[in-house]
Amino acid sequence: MASIRLSNVSVDFPVFNAVTRSLKNRLLSAATGGMIDRRWDGHVIVRGLQDVTLALEEGERLGLVGHNGAGKTTLLRVLSGIYYPTQGTSEIEGECVSLINMSLGIDPEATGRENIKLRGAIMGIPAEELCERIDEIAEFSGLGEFLDMPFRTYSSGMQLRLAFSTSTAIRPEILVLDEWLSTGDENFRERSNRRLQEIVNSTKILILASHSKDLLLANCSRIVWMEHGKVRMDGPAAEVAREYFGG
Amino acid sequence: MFGWQDIAHRYRRSRVGAFWVTLNMSVTIGALGLIFGTLFRVPIVEFLPYICISLIFWTFIASCINEGCTSFVDSEGIILQVRIPLFVHVLRTIYRNGIVLGHNVLILPLVLLAVGRPPTWHMLLAIPGVLLMALNVLWMMLILSVVCVRYRDLTHIVQNFLQVIFYLTPLMWMPQTLPDGPYRLILEFNPFYHLMMLVRAPLFGELPASANWMVCIGLAIAGWTVALHVYGRYRHRIPYWL
Repeated sequence: MASIRLSNVSVDFPVFNAVTRSLKNRLLSAATGGMIDRRWDGHVIVRGLQDVTLALEEGERLGLVGHNGAGKTTLLRVLSGIYYPTQGTSEIEGECVSLINMSLGIDPEATGRENIKLRGAIMGIPAEELCERIDEIAEFSGLGEFLDMPFRTYSSGMQLRLAFSTSTAIRPEILVLDEWLSTGDENFRERSNRRLQEIVNSTKILILASHSKDLLLANCSRIVWMEHGKVRMDGPAAEVAREYFGG
Repeated sequence: MFGWQDIAHRYRRSRVGAFWVTLNMSVTIGALGLIFGTLFRVPIVEFLPYICISLIFWTFIASCINEGCTSFVDSEGIILQVRIPLFVHVLRTIYRNGIVLGHNVLILPLVLLAVGRPPTWHMLLAIPGVLLMALNVLWMMLILSVVCVRYRDLTHIVQNFLQVIFYLTPLMWMPQTLPDGPYRLILEFNPFYHLMMLVRAPLFGELPASANWMVCIGLAIAGWTVALHVYGRYRHRIPYWL
């Protein structure tokens, strides 16, 4: 049973400039009395999320909209269990995978085949399962003999193909997507879209942050509109989209 | 499961340079052994294995601690995207250095053979010694990795500190050369001396003093208590500090 429950979640970021990050200044300011330093030590706290309450049940398809800086990425990170809320509680049940940066963990010196294993390991695919599926991943990437060449010798299009093929080999219970992933030339784009659609359909909970109305309406049943770290609107996809995109 | 990931990751990266590390280390040991052996007027047969053991294991300790400071900072990309226990990143650092140690240790039998020291059963005792050493190094790394994410310039302080310890600990010089009296305190109160003795003594065919064992075990217990406390308390804050 996959489910996510956030209640009254707030997230504060301490923003350290070069000054507060240093221990020296900490010690010096302590020596000067410590009363004034708060003002000029630049220790600013930014509230990334404020009082967000959200419950997601199995089968839900959530879209996330909002302007830049509205807290979408922060919310995605809370939802995938990376940020632990500063206030409030979050309960996340189910295995969660976020496909935000597909190339994470890839080592340019290693061959394509090794990179499939590396990338798979970082996403938490068990070794045995990966071994079984590596041929399928290799085939999907369509890279053929290039798989035994170092990753750095690939063209950027080929690099993305490999990253995409491996990243989409998982079948997580909760999938977090920041914009739709789509890569490659015409032929590969079509196949990759189909493949991503497959994962999206098989995942128990989908969370998709996007700026594209069509995409959200096609994939989500519910949309949350974030503004200034707060939930501005939460409701059925069509309704929120109408408000947000203006008609 | 993640240990496996580290093997894959590290071994591949070091495939090119792995034995360069061994080679560099041999050259350093050879050169320092000759220079300091002559300087201190210690027979080379005695001094070469001494400095060999010291340098190999000190390199392990020092680079673990140095790199421990940046374990989280270096894995920023992974931490902000994948939910895996943060401790894994520290383990990965020590694992990587363990592999380097494994490469360097290969010099040791060669040196012992060259100076004509037969292997003894005592040498097996070095194995629990190394393990206890690693256990101690690991808690230091855990604490430093957490603190260094918050205060970035601590990394440089630690580097300096290790440099000082390097000279304070009998690595390049032998403890016997230290005059009696208050100077001995440099040894008694230096945890790194005790850690070193755990490994060095058995390799020289002696039993480490029970004081060495006691200090190191005590240190491990105390250190882990503090480390787990610090880690438990700040673990959730680490992603925000990155």
